[in-house]
Amino acid sequence: MAMKQSAGKRVGVTVLAWVVAFLIFFPILWTFITSFKSELDAIAMPPKFLFFNWTLENYVEVQSRSNYLRFAENSIILSIGANIVGLLISVPAAWSMAFAPTKRTKDVLMWMLSTKMMPAVGVLVPIYLLFRDLHLLDSLWGIGFVLMLLNLPILIWMLYTYFKEIPVDILEAARMDGASLLNEIIYILTPMAAPGIASTMLLTVILSWNEAFWTLNLATSNAAPLTAFIASYSAPEGFFWAKLSAASTLAIAPILVLGWFSQKQLVRGLTFGAVK
Amino acid sequence: MATQQTTAAGRILVAPSVILLFAWMIVPLAMTLYFSSLRYSLLDAENSGFVGLQNYTAFLSDPDFIAALFNTLILVGSVLVISVCGGILVALLMDQPVFGQTVLRLMVIAPFFVMPTVSALVWKNLLMNPDSGLFAWIAISLGFSPVVWFTNHPMLSVIIVVSWEWLPFASLILLTALQSLDEEQKEAASLDGAGPISYFGYIVLPHIARAITVVILIETIFLLSVFAEIYVTTSGGPGVATTNIPFLVYKQALLDFDVGSASAGGVIAVVLANVVAIFLMRIVGRNLEG
Repeated sequence: MAMKQSAGKRVGVTVLAWVVAFLIFFPILWTFITSFKSELDAIAMPPKFLFFNWTLENYVEVQSRSNYLRFAENSIILSIGANIVGLLISVPAAWSMAFAPTKRTKDVLMWMLSTKMMPAVGVLVPIYLLFRDLHLLDSLWGIGFVLMLLNLPILIWMLYTYFKEIPVDILEAARMDGASLLNEIIYILTPMAAPGIASTMLLTVILSWNEAFWTLNLATSNAAPLTAFIASYSAPEGFFWAKLSAASTLAIAPILVLGWFSQKQLVRGLTFGAVK
Repeated sequence: MATQQTTAAGRILVAPSVILLFAWMIVPLAMTLYFSSLRYSLLDAENSGFVGLQNYTAFLSDPDFIAALFNTLILVGSVLVISVCGGILVALLMDQPVFGQTVLRLMVIAPFFVMPTVSALVWKNLLMNPDSGLFAWIAISLGFSPVVWFTNHPMLSVIIVVSWEWLPFASLILLTALQSLDEEQKEAASLDGAGPISYFGYIVLPHIARAITVVILIETIFLLSVFAEIYVTTSGGPGVATTNIPFLVYKQALLDFDVGSASAGGVIAVVLANVVAIFLMRIVGRNLEG
């Protein structure tokens, strides 16, 4: 608040803010620490916080026993592949809606957004049966296609809002100078739109990486990404907490780093521009 | 500004997106509607036929459905209250000029980026396990007996996990809204001698009211579809204690292979979500004009 605060109050607020933030973050920190414990240390009572034999054996075992990297590879292929294809489809659409809007542009945008509001279970049955008949169950193509479609409305919306911010005068000037549509796109639009496209992609990759309805329902083994791999720890045998923690740490670390870079895009992308 | 040529070009550029989304939404939805009027089991595919609204009456009079509907509403309602109220407090706190603000924000937003299967399993095992979870240790240290979270309080446990996932989202959106509060307004309020409570009630709350509405609507859309957290922790149980509508539909379709009944459930889920969506679309649409 704008009011002048006494030193004591300021210290109090600072301490409180740190305690709250620490509590919210703690489960992640705890997972990280547990991933370096032996299975016995992981279930020790009282819990061992920092003083135990730090070991990397869980990371080694997660890979050797369950071939972690294959699932990670699927996650990477799916989240990046789906969104590259998504971009190829959405950039032209967003471009034309931002620079050559028609009377119906607003309605089309709203309709696209509305597809995002449909609950997945509403179409689970037909999609599952279609995929079964087309042999797309447990295939990277099938699941990638679904992930691409899930993000398409967000892609178009975010790109649209970014493209809207590009000053039209520049395009007009280029047109006056005789720039062709292709030149316009390559030399003017692309450099100006690149940051927006990159941040949009950042958010949609994160969303795809964490998507856990379709990946759980449509993938069983071959095309299973990390969401499904971690889910396999829900019915394990024997001691597994340290290994679960190691697998979890690997699964969330890259996306956590990306996520921290994408806070602003997150607000824009998930509120569809309704909060600025 | 659009010439006829650009309009035509525009149509061609927009068409792929529209066609794909149409195929993705309208076609399966129509199929769901169609299936929901059939007697159609994957185990007995020969014996299928038109049954009209029978699936709906069966679904709506099924005690499991009533329980699932109730569970869905409890889950959505509780998580909304916790994440929005908590989110306002966290956002106010993070808006203060304190030491290490950037790091604090990163810590607060972090849970949102954790995949649902990880959050659910970490909470269930590392924190809430009654034998060697951290909460059990805290309870014992304080002289209480440990809570057997997922067995004795299954729905509460799921609510806690999901709230942890969504609190950061609410905090981040509300913090963004708070930061756009005018400095002059703040100063004017402090000059007028407004206390913290009237400052919050008359200046802050009206300013972030729209953001709160948006948070509520968007979270509702996502919370109506909570699935993975239940799938990996309770599998909807014990009994149907944590079965929500998405999980019930999944169970009927992929575990019981009852396509007709699951489709009726899917249609009901769509209707529920649309009620919320209409309000959200209005807000977004209004924004689009400005």
